[in-house]
Amino acid sequence: MTYLAKPKFRHPSLEKNERGFTRRDYEGSISTLCAGCGHDSISAAIIQACFELNIEPHRIAKMSGIGCSSKTPDYFLGQSHGFNSVHGRMPSVLTGANLANKNLIYLGVSGDGDSASIGLGQFVHCVRRGVNMTYITENNGVYGLTKGQFSATADRGSKSKAGGTNTDSPIDLVSMALLAGATFVGRSFSGDKPQLVPLIKAALSHNGPAFIDVISPCVAFNNHAGSTKSFDFVRDHNDAVNRLDFFEGRAEIVTDYEPGTVQDVEQHDGSIIRLHKIADSYDPTNKVATMNYLATHHEKGEVVTGLLYLDPNPKDMHQLLRTVDVPLNRLGVKELCPGAKALDTINDEYR
Amino acid sequence: MSIDALDAPAKRSRPGMKPTDISNPDYFHKVVDCQWACPAHTPVPEYIRLIAAGRYADAYMVNWKSNVFPGVLGRTCDRPCEPACRRGRVEAEPVAICRLKRVAADNKGEIRDRLPKPATTKNGKRIALIGAGPASLTVARDLLPLGYHVVIYDQDPAAGGMMRTQIPKFRLPEKVLDEEVGFITDLQPELRMGKRVDSLKAVLAEGFDAVFVGCGAPRGRNLEIPGREEAKANIHIGIDWLSSVSFEHVDKIGKRVIVLGGGNTAMDCCRTSRRLGGEDVKVVVRSGFEEMKASPWEKEDSMREGIPIHNFLVPKEFTHKAGKLTGVLFEKVKAEFDAKGKRSLVPSGEPDVHFECDDVLVAVGQENAFPWIERDAGIEFDKWGMPKVDEVTYQSSNPKVFFGGDAAFGPKNIIWAVAHGHGAAVSIDKFVNGLSVADRPPPFVTLASQKMGIHEWSYDNDIANDLRYKVPHLPNEVALKDVKAEVELGFDRELGYKETQRCLNCDVQTVFSAKLCIECDACVDICPTDCITFTENGDEKDLRTRLTAPAKNTTQDIYVGDGLKTGRIMAKDEDLCLHCGFCAERCPTGAWDMQKFLLETAQAGEKCQSR
Repeated sequence: MTYLAKPKFRHPSLEKNERGFTRRDYEGSISTLCAGCGHDSISAAIIQACFELNIEPHRIAKMSGIGCSSKTPDYFLGQSHGFNSVHGRMPSVLTGANLANKNLIYLGVSGDGDSASIGLGQFVHCVRRGVNMTYITENNGVYGLTKGQFSATADRGSKSKAGGTNTDSPIDLVSMALLAGATFVGRSFSGDKPQLVPLIKAALSHNGPAFIDVISPCVAFNNHAGSTKSFDFVRDHNDAVNRLDFFEGRAEIVTDYEPGTVQDVEQHDGSIIRLHKIADSYDPTNKVATMNYLATHHEKGEVVTGLLYLDPNPKDMHQLLRTVDVPLNRLGVKELCPGAKALDTINDEYR
Repeated sequence: MSIDALDAPAKRSRPGMKPTDISNPDYFHKVVDCQWACPAHTPVPEYIRLIAAGRYADAYMVNWKSNVFPGVLGRTCDRPCEPACRRGRVEAEPVAICRLKRVAADNKGEIRDRLPKPATTKNGKRIALIGAGPASLTVARDLLPLGYHVVIYDQDPAAGGMMRTQIPKFRLPEKVLDEEVGFITDLQPELRMGKRVDSLKAVLAEGFDAVFVGCGAPRGRNLEIPGREEAKANIHIGIDWLSSVSFEHVDKIGKRVIVLGGGNTAMDCCRTSRRLGGEDVKVVVRSGFEEMKASPWEKEDSMREGIPIHNFLVPKEFTHKAGKLTGVLFEKVKAEFDAKGKRSLVPSGEPDVHFECDDVLVAVGQENAFPWIERDAGIEFDKWGMPKVDEVTYQSSNPKVFFGGDAAFGPKNIIWAVAHGHGAAVSIDKFVNGLSVADRPPPFVTLASQKMGIHEWSYDNDIANDLRYKVPHLPNEVALKDVKAEVELGFDRELGYKETQRCLNCDVQTVFSAKLCIECDACVDICPTDCITFTENGDEKDLRTRLTAPAKNTTQDIYVGDGLKTGRIMAKDEDLCLHCGFCAERCPTGAWDMQKFLLETAQAGEKCQSR
């Protein structure tokens, strides 16, 4: 089985963004995942989001652990920084990298195994520290690399391809992220790029821990009747609370919508997230109501998607730790070893 | 991303474009742009793959069946396929299709045992062919194996028509032409060469079952300007002069030559002059350089041989002294465009230009001439003196008389003549058997999956990035010394192989099956040229604006697949599809498949009668 490189020829009318890049300049090497894998669609959505945000590829650091999902950073943003870490340890590596150089945009890509099983503790602690990042789980409910055993996010009662029924209670990563203090929480579906792309754009622009759970059907092991993570199930049970547009500046904001149907949320950096309400009275800035909504609708067997929670004025780890403005990796010997005199001054403070 | 695109998909499909009917052979045929553009519908990608596989004889036979003269056309074709080639839409230049045909011809080896044999039983029908050019020879090739008695008339001593008389030997060596004409004369037609036909009625009186007129456009247009008569000894009509050179009645020309005209005949005239002693040879054209009728490569070849092309000069007078030509006087013009964009050439007001010369070759166009067709022979002529000929059946108003090649619709080229010949042969075969000529036989079509395994196809789907390879030429010092030395050396096998790799295999079609599709978007994500979109249906004009990439080339179809679970449609813009098969490789359910579409135009014979 060979994988040919994607041909270099592109559509002559392919647009360039403000940085002079086409969408295809944000591609990576050819995917070796199974044909039709939802993860490849998420990669395409990330590519599209970075293209639309005019991000210079070298400004992004993509981090991942182990698993099908964690292979994907090789398949997008081929010109960006990347680190493929130990299984479930991506959050620690990302935290460390962010501490050292807060000037990069951090994109953590993980899966349900990597984040909800072996890396569950890492995931929760990374979120609660307020690391400024976009954390995406490509959630398919099975261990694809080991041929389709249930993962920790598989719903109780869902059927495996081999016919078994899952008896364990599922971990809902969205609820955990909310509990742990994520300031941007969304859920989407790999088969719905019009929802997913603006969500990723908004998350990348969010100055705090942003978490997106993306249901990503495993076509090889979890796309059958009885699965709650199949294309058909998610399409049939998709309860989208809103759809969004993301604007980098205020200039393009025009309001020609009926009152009450649109909610504009301004983020710290001045960017605007425009929410087209689908579920009446859903307010994504109310955390308690969000948790309530999620629980109620999960009971009904619905998959709630959209921008679920947003704190427009988040504080990230560096603000909480009150680090200096200069990224730590730029500090020289002079700043880091200020000498005996400075040490004496510090010690004097504690006497 | 627009708000409209964010609307949740409807479950029932909206009205709009109808699902594409891929069972109509025209649909996929159009996607094979080269084959569609070829008047004879040669299956181009099919023979290019055979060349790549080193199967030159097989590649030659694919050609020979469709276009009868692969060796000739591989050197001289007007190449309607190349401007149509999809490669030219994704990068700078199309595949060198024509020169690849020559690779097949040059390397075919011995193929006589694959050719049809003379019919062992005759069917008793007698057909006359007037003219032994490409149109008539095609009719002969198609009809002779069926048992027809075919009589070919020509004024020249050897068969070949304009391929022999008008195309210089440095472009088309005699042995190449002799071989391919020989393949047809081996089928034993009755040749009546070296005598001009003076009366159609006399031919009809011989009791033929049908007559095919393929006499070409044999008259070179004259230029009636002052001095024409006085200086006539040194003013020659281009095609007549080329013919005299071809039959070796003429072997030299003056040192200073002016060629008037901007078509391919003018290019042949000037290049021939350079080889017969012309040192200062120039081409002078009324129009601008871009609008010249000559093929771009023929202009290029002429200029390479040190022949300047002067544009926007209208000949006004042949100057002469003591009964001898001294030069040509030209008026300078410029192009002006009216509101409708129609061009006219108006005097620029600059002083006239005089070029001195010893000889002039007039190559300002060709005309049909039918002085030998009596006006009461049952054939209607239009006001331009052209016979009224049906464009599909090639039948004239005398049901027994068919026309083809330049004789039918005015000057075109060899490949059109061949296409007419095939069509006329079908008509003649039907006509003499009492069948309706209007009832045309459908083409033979196969559509077969190329899948061999996961990521394995029976065609090479790795897209080569190579730019078009140049055909090597003889150096001018050698080429200009000998009017018979073939100037283009052709691709050797290695270079030919490299050029074959540029072909996108447009005949390997992306076939979509909506009922297998799970709408995972894998094909959309992987497509290098953004051809595929899943969206709400709409009318074509609207849909073309809503695709992943706008579909602005309206000459290329949108492939619509309907019946998806979400109620959306699959819309694929055929325009820039690389036929790389990545959509099918990425498809988890086999909803996309790569299937080879092979279309062969039906030719005269029992198979088309049976329908």
